[in-house]
Amino acid sequence: MRYLPHTKEDIESMLKVAGQESLDDLFNCIPDDLKITNSLDLPQSLSEWELNVHMEELASLNIACKSYKCFMGAGSYDHYIPAIIPYLISRSEFMTAYTPYQPEVSQGTLQGIYEFQTMVTELLGMDIATASHYDCGTALAEACLIALRQNSKANKIAVSALTHPSHRQIIHTYISPSGYEIVEIPYTKEGLTDVKALEAMDDIAGIAVQSPNFFGNIEDLSAFKAVADVKMILFITSFTEALAFGLLKNPGSFGADLVAGEGQSLGIAKSFGGPGLGLLAGTKKQMRNLPGRLIGKTKDANGADGFVLTLATREQHIRREKASSNICSNNGLNAMTAAVYLATVGKIGIREIARQNHDKAVYLKKSLEKAGFESVFETPFFNEFLMKAPAGFEQKRAALINDKCTFAGICLDKFYPELKHHYLFCATETISKKDIDQLAKEVQ
Amino acid sequence: MNQQPGTSGLIFNEPLLWDKSRDGRCAMSLPKSDVEREPLDENLTGDSPNLPQLSELDVVRHYTRLSQWNFGVDSGMYPLGSCTMKYNPKTNEVQAARQGFASAHPLSGDEFSQGALKLMYNLEQYLAEITGFEAVTLQPAAGAHGELAGMLMIHAYFAKNGKQRSKILIPDTAHGTNPASAALCGYESINIKSGKNGILEPSVVEAIMDEDTAGIMLTNPNTLGLFETDIKEIALIVHSKGGLVYGDGANMNAIMGIVKPGDIGIDVLHLNLHKTFSTPHGGGGPGSGPVAVGKTLEPFLPIPRIVKELDTYKLVTDFPDTMGRIHTFYGHFGIMVRAYAYILSMGAKGLTDASKLAVLNANYVKESLKGTLNLPYDLPCMHECVFNDEFQKEYHITTMDMAKRLLDFGFHPPTVYFPLVVDGAFMVEPTETESKEDIDQFIDAVKAIAREAAEDPEKLRKAPLLTKVTRLDEVAAARKPCLRG
Amino acid sequence: MKEINDLILPDDVKYTKSHEWAKISGDIVTIGLNDYAQDQLGEIVFVELPEAGDTFSKGDEFGSVESVKAVSEIYIPISGEIVEINEDLEDAPELVNESCYDNGWLIKVKPEDVSELNDLMDKDEYLDMLKG
Repeated sequence: MRYLPHTKEDIESMLKVAGQESLDDLFNCIPDDLKITNSLDLPQSLSEWELNVHMEELASLNIACKSYKCFMGAGSYDHYIPAIIPYLISRSEFMTAYTPYQPEVSQGTLQGIYEFQTMVTELLGMDIATASHYDCGTALAEACLIALRQNSKANKIAVSALTHPSHRQIIHTYISPSGYEIVEIPYTKEGLTDVKALEAMDDIAGIAVQSPNFFGNIEDLSAFKAVADVKMILFITSFTEALAFGLLKNPGSFGADLVAGEGQSLGIAKSFGGPGLGLLAGTKKQMRNLPGRLIGKTKDANGADGFVLTLATREQHIRREKASSNICSNNGLNAMTAAVYLATVGKIGIREIARQNHDKAVYLKKSLEKAGFESVFETPFFNEFLMKAPAGFEQKRAALINDKCTFAGICLDKFYPELKHHYLFCATETISKKDIDQLAKEVQ
Repeated sequence: MNQQPGTSGLIFNEPLLWDKSRDGRCAMSLPKSDVEREPLDENLTGDSPNLPQLSELDVVRHYTRLSQWNFGVDSGMYPLGSCTMKYNPKTNEVQAARQGFASAHPLSGDEFSQGALKLMYNLEQYLAEITGFEAVTLQPAAGAHGELAGMLMIHAYFAKNGKQRSKILIPDTAHGTNPASAALCGYESINIKSGKNGILEPSVVEAIMDEDTAGIMLTNPNTLGLFETDIKEIALIVHSKGGLVYGDGANMNAIMGIVKPGDIGIDVLHLNLHKTFSTPHGGGGPGSGPVAVGKTLEPFLPIPRIVKELDTYKLVTDFPDTMGRIHTFYGHFGIMVRAYAYILSMGAKGLTDASKLAVLNANYVKESLKGTLNLPYDLPCMHECVFNDEFQKEYHITTMDMAKRLLDFGFHPPTVYFPLVVDGAFMVEPTETESKEDIDQFIDAVKAIAREAAEDPEKLRKAPLLTKVTRLDEVAAARKPCLRG
Repeated sequence: MKEINDLILPDDVKYTKSHEWAKISGDIVTIGLNDYAQDQLGEIVFVELPEAGDTFSKGDEFGSVESVKAVSEIYIPISGEIVEINEDLEDAPELVNESCYDNGWLIKVKPEDVSELNDLMDKDEYLDMLKG
């Protein structure tokens, strides 16, 4: 096996030093009745070349092996990824390093993530961003826990019904063992979270609203902030499409206390839903409540600038059962990827890409309306929107996948049973006008 | 003695991104807009975020220079105890980057995702076989996330059986994630002490285990690198009071093909694909923390689960006792592809050999260095061994000084000051992918440093001397946090 | 770290087993960490304190002090209401290291029962405890 360097002679001489007769003797400290007697029942090992064949066979069972047209979002978005991103990120000094616990030989990761934190705070208009989480859903659940722990009087968190359905499930999983509950804020006929319903809710420790919401619509976050202020509770916002803030007002400008988001759009492959990138940002006031790693700037013994992991006393390896979270490994390399992406697009690029997402989505919506789809809401959206499909669309959609490798929207009835025949469409910069015209023709 | 790998060479200074920024530059090839501009209500739009403006070469040079300030497994030996910094095979990266995997949208539907689902199903089966369990979930995104999933299953089990419990037993050698994960489930951690020889004693568990205790979380081999020989008896005690045994599989690299945790009384175990199964650590992640369970806990696995019917694979959510969902989609699929490729490359014999050689390397280091560094538990070890700085105290040299000096020799330091039960711990895990020559060089380096401790202690206190920056002021960083530029 | 004989332990304060000190002046008790505690903790980077108006019972945890790699809880040696906290520590936690009996004090308490102070140790008793 090419990953195992030991020659027969190496093994013999090392065993001698270890004072053992054979490799099996190294395990004499384990009682025999705990050991297995048969070898593992696994497939025959493959050479690199056999592996390539096998893996391509598997990959080809996914429709994604072909260039497909993706009119789907819902938390995973199709965006262009410049060639320099995988190229730089696969540098093994980034990829094969551990968590930067030895800062003298980790300045690359440390400066890179410090720049990431900075760019995320710019993007979101917040004071502090952590060095990453697993995904938006887990970051949002952590944010909800912060709000619940800070409020000794209430044990419920109000979460918009237009928060990604998976995220709501994750929040439930995370908070219910501690005796906390979610109350869902219903949505209005405009496809927005019902702020009036929220006002009437009592005994809540925090408010969580996604914008753009799961239907793609842009929420008026200032209205929710006002309610949070009246109730003197934390206001949390979330998002699944990070590029929206190339165009939209950022959550910080609405006074959000905590922001959880998905950063997959920032140069990270869809990869069947993971690994993506959990973003978590907060106001300065929340600094010591934020879970996960933080990188800070400091000086070395010679006075040179450098970076270190800091405020580690919040974390599990020091505070153990009293830690703000159990998180240890995060999604560091994907945070670095997002940093390279943000540095690549820059101030000019992110605006242009965001505008194109919006423009194409509006064009797609108009084209689908002409093709017989019914607009559900007349509310401003970013790059996703909901449409009611004409009769027979379900069959057409299946045919489009098989014949044209085109995925026309996501059916929402499994998430919202009241929305039969409603589809969530998405258009990004990777979709051309021609693609949209073609789709409109096919679904007519 | 062979020349040590550490040396100095030309590396580059590199400012922060925004110091290089010049208005008007953009490194992105912007797609052409082919539809009309659709203005959005001004009340909804904000200013473009103030990101740096750079050319493509600016970006490439920036990150290339940054990368040169890092130490990775590909740079040199990385004997970080409890972290299993083995070689990360490059073919795994090729496999994960295949378009059929990397471009797959998670909501494409089962019919159009058969390759991904088949891979995940097979990986679950392989991990179940390696660990000796009934079923596996791949959903947790990291080891600590796996621990949380495992503890949530235990929580759901007691809830279903009508009486929740309030406590959990955790040995003093445990990773900090164990008590933190248990706390998220509302369990109070009860610390238990390991015995004189570093092994947990059944009588200690017997004395404290009761019917209000959900069970025990233990790591086997433990973080001293020792096998918990009384595991079966301990499991029996816990089970007799209706409790469950959580296994932290962070140290699975010692026992693949030797011991199956599912056979020896453990009810639920998490694995770290980024430790045992060779996927890269990435400077802190993304990892993947699958959880294996026996029959008792199978109904409580997170959803969705992958079910095979004839030759097709389906994602199924209809499991009434499930602990719920813990990831937006199905976990870190890209990491699973790498681990799957690794298991297929190694085969049963390869994995078993890996464990045997990992244990050989650790015992070789232990025997070679035990006169140089103090060895608090002088017993045959598994895949790692724990020394400390007791011998160096007379020169006022600490584990930290020796760790920093190792950098100058071209080695990443071992894990230091963990486990907490060893004062000044210096925890070496060579892994199986290090050759005898590289390990010999490491041993020589440690011996040279021990000599320096006696002859020139001041040099060690100033170490590292060859790195781009020297010791950093962590106190200033924490007193006046500067977390953004 | 300091040898026991090098510790500064004033005669006019009382000591707890968990290394706090307490000193009464009028009807207010001032509480801080003693020299041994600040020396063991090393450079203190953050002090977490309750708010004025909070009430505690003797032995309750009322805050924590952090060094770079450790957190230690601090316990109140007397029951009562917090009347003042040392707000300077927010920006200058190093005061606990530099001046633990003066500028680095932690809280002032209005005690419920002053006699609880009698349960605490004087300097000699505390030194005996340290020497074990």
